[in-house]
Amino acid sequence: MGIQTLIWQVTKKAFTGGIIGLTISDRFCSVVPVRGDSMSPTFNPQRDSYLDDYVLVDKFCLKDYKFARGDVVVFSSPSHYKERYIKRIVGMPGEWISSTEDVIRVPEGHCWVEGDNKASSLDSRTFGPIPLGLIGGRVTRVVWPPQRLSKIGG
Amino acid sequence: CRLAPWFCASAFACFFRQRFATREMRWLRYLNQWRGTAKEAFDQVSIVAKFLCLLHVTDRYIISSTHVQGPSMLPTLNLTGDVILAEHVSHRFGKIGLGDVVLVRSPTDPMKMVTKRVLGLEGHRLSFFADPLVGDDSVNVVVSNLYIQSLHLLVPKGHVWIQGDNVHASTDSRNFGPVPYDLIEGKALLRVSLATTMLWVIEVTITFELFQLLLE
Repeated sequence: MGIQTLIWQVTKKAFTGGIIGLTISDRFCSVVPVRGDSMSPTFNPQRDSYLDDYVLVDKFCLKDYKFARGDVVVFSSPSHYKERYIKRIVGMPGEWISSTEDVIRVPEGHCWVEGDNKASSLDSRTFGPIPLGLIGGRVTRVVWPPQRLSKIGG
Repeated sequence: CRLAPWFCASAFACFFRQRFATREMRWLRYLNQWRGTAKEAFDQVSIVAKFLCLLHVTDRYIISSTHVQGPSMLPTLNLTGDVILAEHVSHRFGKIGLGDVVLVRSPTDPMKMVTKRVLGLEGHRLSFFADPLVGDDSVNVVVSNLYIQSLHLLVPKGHVWIQGDNVHASTDSRNFGPVPYDLIEGKALLRVSLATTMLWVIEVTITFELFQLLLE
């Protein structure tokens, strides 16, 4: 009987902790790893480093969807809904972006994202402007590794 | 008589020490009371905080009620407004199918949520008329693996085609094109009427009982 109540207590504590953690990561901020080098040198500056950058993603901006050109954001891919990318916003609604052949106007409610490392980045130059509703947060700081602790300016 | 002042002095000292002792004890008692009250207040606040977190998780990941209004889904939904129950589980597992009424974050304004019906999934080829006065108001979905030149539109990978039931008064994929799947936030289950309100009350009571069970 003692073991059963102990397991029940532990399960309850884990469940409560999980729910609180989920709420905090949905409404306040969360930490995500950065994979790949499409945002070099801002994140993952060395190609084959065994230490990936971990960044703090702020979720307060999702209340009003107020973003600006230059924000680094996390968003879900428009072609594979389970994958998430981190890129920089370079065009807000109504602005004109020049791509290889022509000049494109960013439609209302969308934004144009590009990686800092233009050579190896899958971004709006491939899949076009993305709806602002796909954005899941704005990156504010690098939190790991400790020697790269820094604030990402807007 | 010579002992009298000494006696008075010691009595005086005893009296004072007793008074100081009482004052210390009073402060100690206040401190303990404050600590007890603070602990009680913290417990109550943490219960409320835990309940709010549970409410957030249920509202966003399990089931929620939404008020929808507008003419774009007549006759399925009312013009003046309906309360519908929407579940948020299916879209995370990719189980949104043709004909489902879904809650979608509008691609033209991320602050607005729209309710439309899914009439095409990724890879489907659609032929449709944008202006319902010109042709019939149906969307023909052809599911096939061959690419045929004569059909009008292919829904790209990772996107869905949403359309309102009332094609004459609806801005939907015929205006802004197919929308990425991840903009879907929930699938409508049922409209809340008096009968379903009773079901809802029962469900809330069960959740509350579960919560009480978790608390003890």
